[in-house]
Amino acid sequence: MSDYRVLPGPEHFLPPAAASMGISLPNPGEAHINGVITSEDKAYEEAARQFLMAKVPTIFPGPLVLWAWNEKAAKKATAVRHLFNTLKECVQPGQKPMLIPMPDYRPKYPKINPEVEINPNHPNLTIWHNKIDCCMFIGVHCHQANLSLKIIRGGTSCYTIAMCAQAGHEDAMLSFRDASVEKIMKLADTVKRLKGTVQPRLSAKNGASN
Amino acid sequence: MSKERIQISEALYDIMPSDYQDLVKSATYGKEDRGWKDIGTSKELIEQHSLCAGCPESMAFRYILASLPNPEDTVMVGSTGCTSLVFPMVAVHNIHSLFGNQNAIASGLKRALSVRFPGRVKDVVVLAGDGATVDIGLDMTLQAWFRQEKFTTICFDNELYANTGGQESGLMQKGFVAKMAPVGKLFDKVRLPEIARESGCHYVVNCTVSKPSLVEKVIRNAVHIAREIGPTYLQLYTPCILEIGKNSMEGLQEMRDSEKPAERFAYKEYVSEPAKQLLAELAAKDKERKAAAKQLAAQAQAN
Ligand SMILES: Cc1ncc(C[n+]2csc(CCOP(=O)(O)OP(=O)(O)O)c2C)c(N)n1
Ligand code: SF4
Ligand SMILES: [Mg+2]
Repeated sequence: MSDYRVLPGPEHFLPPAAASMGISLPNPGEAHINGVITSEDKAYEEAARQFLMAKVPTIFPGPLVLWAWNEKAAKKATAVRHLFNTLKECVQPGQKPMLIPMPDYRPKYPKINPEVEINPNHPNLTIWHNKIDCCMFIGVHCHQANLSLKIIRGGTSCYTIAMCAQAGHEDAMLSFRDASVEKIMKLADTVKRLKGTVQPRLSAKNGASN
Repeated sequence: MSKERIQISEALYDIMPSDYQDLVKSATYGKEDRGWKDIGTSKELIEQHSLCAGCPESMAFRYILASLPNPEDTVMVGSTGCTSLVFPMVAVHNIHSLFGNQNAIASGLKRALSVRFPGRVKDVVVLAGDGATVDIGLDMTLQAWFRQEKFTTICFDNELYANTGGQESGLMQKGFVAKMAPVGKLFDKVRLPEIARESGCHYVVNCTVSKPSLVEKVIRNAVHIAREIGPTYLQLYTPCILEIGKNSMEGLQEMRDSEKPAERFAYKEYVSEPAKQLLAELAAKDKERKAAAKQLAAQAQAN
């Protein structure tokens, strides 16, 4: 097994693809944390803890859930909303959960409004602007998610979670695979269950802005 | 993609940036007789762009995007240059190609789309600068025409390489001195419209973008002919006001001056025989459709 660990950055300008460092993807029913394969149950706990610890825990829904391609997509969108509402209910004063869309992948040069959207080609702008220290990608196509997760790892200290509908993302710090409405709801339940048991990082300097 | 599928998930509607909400609510995807007159009353398929203030390329983009007959099933292919600064803000599928490769990419794309979606109308429209079309990409431009590839090529002719600071292009006028071409051009402007005709294009137009109604007409013709018959080419004068030393407000007048009868952008059009027949059929159908709509409206009023 590789010694490399997928950790919050800033790693360096061009961090290596985690796959090239020997990190492999989880099998069905598993997840990974920092590149180490783990049980899905452990991943729910850790993801919920990271959300509850963060000053600005954020969900980034991508085009696959923002747009109602089919009934399944619309249902996932409802589950994402539920997760966000749960986060809002479970955080303490001073924490600021956000729900910021990635509507499509066009590189929005020269200007993006980081308060209202995130773009996979320069996700760091939205993370820096809002001082986001923990985020979850959902509904973002694989290659755009990988690109984005690497940029985030390269230039920010934000903790990244991928709720991936396919085989998982080795470039995130924590990744689920085969995302479904049930899995999103289970994560929301875990957040609820752990409410009040995790100390938020409110006083620490927020590294996401460096 | 059909227009019905361009819908935002209800649960996340409120967080979508307003430009996307507007696109879904009031853009003219799917509208049969969409055109330049929709500008101002519907959401345009172009957001803020980063062209110089008053650049005629921005007018051209707005008129073209308002006039594409089938934007939800169109893929545009761009190339490097000032136009490529706009494409990220365009709400039509688009591909940025390596400089000069646009007609090669479009050839493959058009063929792939017809295999992947047999029986569905999928239009491909190339939009690139004169440097991309006539100099570095000339091989690809011509070969696509020789092969009778069924897509439209639009060249934004600003008579130089604007994006890199003003180098000489094949479409530059003889004698013209640009910031990075101080000697002055020694050769004539390449006669690409004539070359296009000889290379097999079925519809060729050389004009400016001073009149939105004209742009609408030539875009619709070019796309319909490319869809049914073969390659079409539009060479549109979009002067680089920055390079010719004009102010933001002077682009329109520059185009008007250059389209006078003896000038180089006086309206020129070539239509092949099969294309003429198709346009006549389309005009007849259009007339029928409008008459039927009128009759329906009259009936509704009478009831
Ligand atoms: C393969 C390649 N060669 C050269 C360039 C440099 N380049 C960028 S834009 C440009 C000129 C574009 O001129 P034109 O196609 O006329 O577009 P305009 O900017 O005038 O609209 C050139 C040469 C490039 N990007 N790629
Ligand atoms: S450099 Fe010229 S062509 Fe390019 S945006 Fe400016 S005015 Fe338009
Ligand atoms: Mg040019």
